[in-house]
Amino acid sequence: MTEDGLRAAVAAGVLASEEAHRALLQATVEVARGIFYARASSVLLYDETTDELVFEAVAGEGSDSLVGQRLPSSTGIGGWVLVTRQPIVLDDVSQDPRFAKDAAQKTGFVPKGLMCVPLIHEEEPLGVLYVLDRPQQARFSLEEMELLGLFGNQAAIALDLLQKARRAKAVLDDSGSDAALLARVAENLEGLDGKRRAAGVDLLRSLEALFKD
Amino acid sequence: MAEPAPERPLPAWSLPAGAAESLALPTQLPGRVTREWAWGGSTGKGVRVCILDSGIERDHPLVGELAGAVAVEVGEDDEITIVDDAEGDLCGHGTACAGIVRSLAPDCELYSVRVLGAGFTGSGAALLGGLRHAVEQDFHVINMSLSTTKSQFAGLLHEVADLAYFKRTVLVASAHNMPVESYPWRFSSVISVGSHEETEAETFYYNPSPPVEFFARGVDVEVAWLGRTQARSTGNSFATPHMSGICALILGKHPELTPFQLKSALYLTATNVEGLGD
Repeated sequence: MTEDGLRAAVAAGVLASEEAHRALLQATVEVARGIFYARASSVLLYDETTDELVFEAVAGEGSDSLVGQRLPSSTGIGGWVLVTRQPIVLDDVSQDPRFAKDAAQKTGFVPKGLMCVPLIHEEEPLGVLYVLDRPQQARFSLEEMELLGLFGNQAAIALDLLQKARRAKAVLDDSGSDAALLARVAENLEGLDGKRRAAGVDLLRSLEALFKD
Repeated sequence: MAEPAPERPLPAWSLPAGAAESLALPTQLPGRVTREWAWGGSTGKGVRVCILDSGIERDHPLVGELAGAVAVEVGEDDEITIVDDAEGDLCGHGTACAGIVRSLAPDCELYSVRVLGAGFTGSGAALLGGLRHAVEQDFHVINMSLSTTKSQFAGLLHEVADLAYFKRTVLVASAHNMPVESYPWRFSSVISVGSHEETEAETFYYNPSPPVEFFARGVDVEVAWLGRTQARSTGNSFATPHMSGICALILGKHPELTPFQLKSALYLTATNVEGLGD
């Protein structure tokens, strides 16, 4: 399917735009960073084909280099959160030499503290949300933890939409699929005008009525 | 200190006439159960506590001696193999939990069953296989600061949780602080734990509005972390080992208690309940 065809499919409602969902995900990490006054925030998606976590959206430190980088799915703090479905907040973690080395290599800076929450949609953990280096306040509170969880829910919905858009695109990219046929019809209809378009729409309405019977 | 209950020759499916004497309890609870009665003077000695988690770092000064460490490996078709664990801790969390239990019950025996590291795809099978293994080992307390949202595992986990309950193994599990269905903390055969914000390690609350039954210290907790370091941590997963440590203290003094009796003793000694009998 061509990019024009894809746009036509989006316009026809066959496929939502991946770009729009990516923007939603980016907005989510920007807001998460903003409300926690944090140095950085990121969303990692679980990639089941490679059994890894992949950086999908990053705000703040690392935003120019981290997207696309991968982490193990069941080791390290992100892996623990993904597997256990439990949110975690850690401070002073930069003393841990292995964490410090890994963080420095991946992101170019070593956060002193982090919050990490699983992104769960229906039964499935889709990935994790990180918030790095919020200001050290007197004490962490359970209210902040709940806020983090609320944000996790929102990010999970955005991530779910993004994954569905990708799956739909993969189906459409398969030119032999039924969905691709529909998208081509939509693409062709978009290119018509005048009487031919009206006739095409009439034909499709007739088909619709036929399928309802 | 009372002796453990004697083995019964037959399963207790029913109680024949005149057999009530056979149910004499080795310990009579006092009129008012206090913390002094429950764990005063106890160090957790003789109690075997299993940390089902990411592994435990050996030789960490806040953890001390490990009595044993195994890892769960997941093969094709989710086949489970239990191997000696030389990796230690793959995250830091298991070490943190072990350190919390050790701080409360300094003389308990700590064991590690590592269920992380098999990839996310193998994680459900590893969790179930690791829990089954831990229950087979007859640990007195199993600390589970983890859960699964996959309903396909719910029935199997429920069976293992009930088996543990009947075998006098206490499962202490982290409740979720997000609005999702997850297991095994929702099962009534386990002790489920959420967080409170206070700083005293032995402060815990009974929650009269389950499914979360107890709230323990889980905010800004100083914990053992990788590389013989320390970190400050927050989450229900750190409240859970506080309850496991208190369970180890009680079982160190009263090894005869069943999980039901232990949970009753926890209720009666909870910060918001103790003293109601005055």
